[in-house]
Amino acid sequence: MGSPMWAVLKNFWHKLGSPKWFYQMSSRWLPWLSAITLGLLVWGLVWGLAYAPMDAKQGNSYRIIFLHVPASFLAMVGYYVMAIAGIVGLVWRMKMAMWVLRAAAPLGAVLTFISLFSGAIWGKPTWGTWWVWDARITSMLILLFLYLGVMALQNAFENEDSGNRASAVLTIVGMINIPIIYKSVEWWNTLHQGATIKFTEAPSMHMDMFKPLLLMIVTFYLLYALVLIMNLRCEILRHERRSQWVRELALNGKLL
Amino acid sequence: MAFESAAEFFAMGGHGFYVWLAYGVSLFSLVLLLLAPSFRRRALLKEIQQQQRIEQTRQNGGAQ
Repeated sequence: MGSPMWAVLKNFWHKLGSPKWFYQMSSRWLPWLSAITLGLLVWGLVWGLAYAPMDAKQGNSYRIIFLHVPASFLAMVGYYVMAIAGIVGLVWRMKMAMWVLRAAAPLGAVLTFISLFSGAIWGKPTWGTWWVWDARITSMLILLFLYLGVMALQNAFENEDSGNRASAVLTIVGMINIPIIYKSVEWWNTLHQGATIKFTEAPSMHMDMFKPLLLMIVTFYLLYALVLIMNLRCEILRHERRSQWVRELALNGKLL
Repeated sequence: MAFESAAEFFAMGGHGFYVWLAYGVSLFSLVLLLLAPSFRRRALLKEIQQQQRIEQTRQNGGAQ
């Protein structure tokens, strides 16, 4: 317990719980994070759209994968982020954790929407239909409703704390949907194709297609972090508006 | 390059409509995700500044 490593970790954890520290540190991170994310996004888009080879079976419509898979991936990762924030917020009563939950909900909802929309468009030339009540697609639709439900609950109470706690409980209960999404293509053999990337096996696609896909997944991780931090900064400003450091920040007129 | 010409690139081998619609709507959503907190932060800071001005005027008024 007394090791320096533990002390450093504990110190970092306490600092993360401090809105002022987070706001000031993230002011320094954001320009770098935005530049790297946008650079990788342009690189990934050009690679996926123009340079990756055409698919022998699906033609060029398969290029939708470079947005569809990363968005679906992060829509689920985002749900874990929300669930962890909800547990920390409920158990340790950490207010920053509840604000993370608020910052993560609309972000996850939009990513789930992108996943469903790009999937529907991709389905038309590939399967001949925009929509089927397939297990994978239906469980993703439930994920979208979970995100929207969390957002609605957060603002459904006069007292914001009650809204936060109720939405945290809903998030944790909704966790049951995540393994269903993962396993849906194995449990029910339906229209949706199997997973392209598995941790235990080699990818089922050619390396020239797999590399840009991996780049886009990394980019979406960064994009997720970027938007989450930006949303969290807004929550911090809104809740800490009466504190001395926010008043000074506003007084200095720094709008950037 | 997987395409011979710009026209071929935009046509996407007959799948242009699907590819560009999916990319267009998805990228538009991502841009909104990035812009929304920027605008919200600006509005919040302006609101806080305004509140400060009101408080200052009140304080000055009380002193006179």
